Amino acid sequence: MASNPKTLFEKIWDAHVVQQGDGKPALVYVDLHLVHEVTSAQAFEGLRLSGRTVRRPDLTVATVDHNIPTVERLLIRDEISRKQVEALKRNCEEFGVPFYGIDSDRQGIVHVIGPELGYTLPGLVIACGDSHTSTHGAFGAFALGIGTSEVEHVLATQCLVQKKPKTMEVRVDGKLPRGVTAKDMILGIIGRIGVDGAVGHVIEYSGEAARSLSMEGRMTVCNMSIEAGARAGMVAPDETTFAYIRGRPFAPQGDDWEAALERWRSLPTDPDAAFDRTVVIEAAELEPYVTWGTNPGQVVPVSGRVPDPASVESPAEKAAAERALEYMGLEPDTPIQEISLDRVFIGSCTNARIEDLRAAAEIARGRRVHPGVQAMVVPGSSQVKLQAESEGLDRVFSEAGFEWRDSGCSMCLGMNPDVLQPGERCASTSNRNFEGRQGKGGRTHLVSPQMAAAAAIAGRFVDIREW
Amino acid sequence: MEPYSTHTGVVAPLPRVNVDTDQIIPKQFLKRIERTGFGGFAFFDWRYLPDGKPNPEFELNRPSYEGASILVARRNFGCGSSREHAVWALLEYGFSTIIAPSFADIFFNNCIQNGVLPVVLPEEQVEELLRKAEDRPGYRLSVNLRTQMLYDTNGFEVPFDIDPFVKERLLHGLDDIAFTLKQEDRITAFERERPRWLTPSDRT
Ligand code: SF4
Repeated sequence: MASNPKTLFEKIWDAHVVQQGDGKPALVYVDLHLVHEVTSAQAFEGLRLSGRTVRRPDLTVATVDHNIPTVERLLIRDEISRKQVEALKRNCEEFGVPFYGIDSDRQGIVHVIGPELGYTLPGLVIACGDSHTSTHGAFGAFALGIGTSEVEHVLATQCLVQKKPKTMEVRVDGKLPRGVTAKDMILGIIGRIGVDGAVGHVIEYSGEAARSLSMEGRMTVCNMSIEAGARAGMVAPDETTFAYIRGRPFAPQGDDWEAALERWRSLPTDPDAAFDRTVVIEAAELEPYVTWGTNPGQVVPVSGRVPDPASVESPAEKAAAERALEYMGLEPDTPIQEISLDRVFIGSCTNARIEDLRAAAEIARGRRVHPGVQAMVVPGSSQVKLQAESEGLDRVFSEAGFEWRDSGCSMCLGMNPDVLQPGERCASTSNRNFEGRQGKGGRTHLVSPQMAAAAAIAGRFVDIREW
Repeated sequence: MEPYSTHTGVVAPLPRVNVDTDQIIPKQFLKRIERTGFGGFAFFDWRYLPDGKPNPEFELNRPSYEGASILVARRNFGCGSSREHAVWALLEYGFSTIIAPSFADIFFNNCIQNGVLPVVLPEEQVEELLRKAEDRPGYRLSVNLRTQMLYDTNGFEVPFDIDPFVKERLLHGLDDIAFTLKQEDRITAFERERPRWLTPSDRT
């Protein structure tokens, strides 16, 4: 028994506190700072105005993802988008920050390239001006989203001023049933604890079902921790983690690798460590899910129906449910599988890694997209795209009638030209179904890649377990 | 950043839960590389009809809330995206104070960074303020950050909690970076202890 048992999060936190005064937030060291074009321009400008520099460009890495077109990508027709992309390139040159530009084969969604290039490692503190930075927690890192002022702070000092968050264990016991994916696991969790269920907490996912996920699956789960309001999500590092990292371009090698492994093996939560809260979920109770409303907690099993706001007790929640149904153009009690679709989007930092594309391609193979549906597949990075093409997945998708695009955030938030038209209904593998997220008036239903591919083919939601 | 100590202003009610930052400032306005120019786009999709006219149904568009500087909303305000543009937009729209039963973490931090005071009050008190603001056009509330009190001229008076460090920062309009840079020696000492393999280098 450890004399002072600690959780994974506490071990990382304690190892990164540079300074802490009584009752004050800590000054926490940041090992890796990821930067993209949307939340960084004002931060670099702040440095310039105050005559400051980037303290550790060697611990900083930047790419462009949000604004990038997914066809003819070198041609950003939107002038303001182009300016933003160019501003990042200029800022990186000026401040000496490594930069993967639009023409780099290492470009991609910032949360996809960090892991795949071997920047993301266990035990690190990782910060990025993006809420889905929680993704990197899948490696047993403390990875948190920050605002632009904090981005400037990290650039200038390589530290963050942080109040220590509370800890929360989400234990998923047993085995996931067939057809139930990592995406369904996290949708099921958010459906249970709510979109503010983990505010102020760092979640550690434990239990057999969480631990048996692949790295891609763990990233999907940690990615959406922010949709439950969590400060971060984490999974303890293990052999699965080490096998994924080994040999990646920026991963430690040789003696460094051995030193790293030794450190990483000491990270998992001690058996007798205490969490501030624990939530236990039986994997057997999870199903494939579909969101029906305008936040990721408004979710039902694919076998279910659109809920009736009349059955909601709290007046505030009832009003929210009524608003959501009106926005979504749905009637209470409609079976989910009778909802038909106009668009399907397979992409985003939640579900556009190679494993996601393989799973979706398996469903699409030898079938045809429904004539009423426009479906697109957007790889999470240029590396994912190349890998998928080397496996012939692009042909599988194209032959089935899916559009095969270049990598980027794309219709996850539609800052580039990929947007829903008002009233269009979309099955999406992304992470947010907020009003207007994918385009003003667009209606988003969040699902797994398998469910999205099947929906594209059927033209409506179908239960992947019966596929 | 402007210091915050006391403030009196008109209260605008936004009786909705889980107001996300995508609503506060939609993505099409995140392309600007400046910190300003967002106020006109705050709540854009709620605030304007498709033809560009103000949406009369949207709470903040009612004439009685014109010039409001205190926003009252329901649970989990500012959830979703980390975009600080949401706070820039609210600030430029005129809000210096936001009252809700709870805030999303990143949004809360972003408020502090910009001198906007986020006040957490119990649900019942928030509901009471929402009612007052809806029933009495032009309803005004006063905030005293020093004494941590909210009050009006009709006997409403409630204390609120705030982290002492956050309070100090707001009262003095402190810049975190200047403060942290004073710890230069400690940061350098910390960096000396970091193993070499923690600094990425391309091995391909
Ligand atoms: S894919 Fe979507 S959620 Fe992920 S970083 Fe891009 S915009 Fe954000």
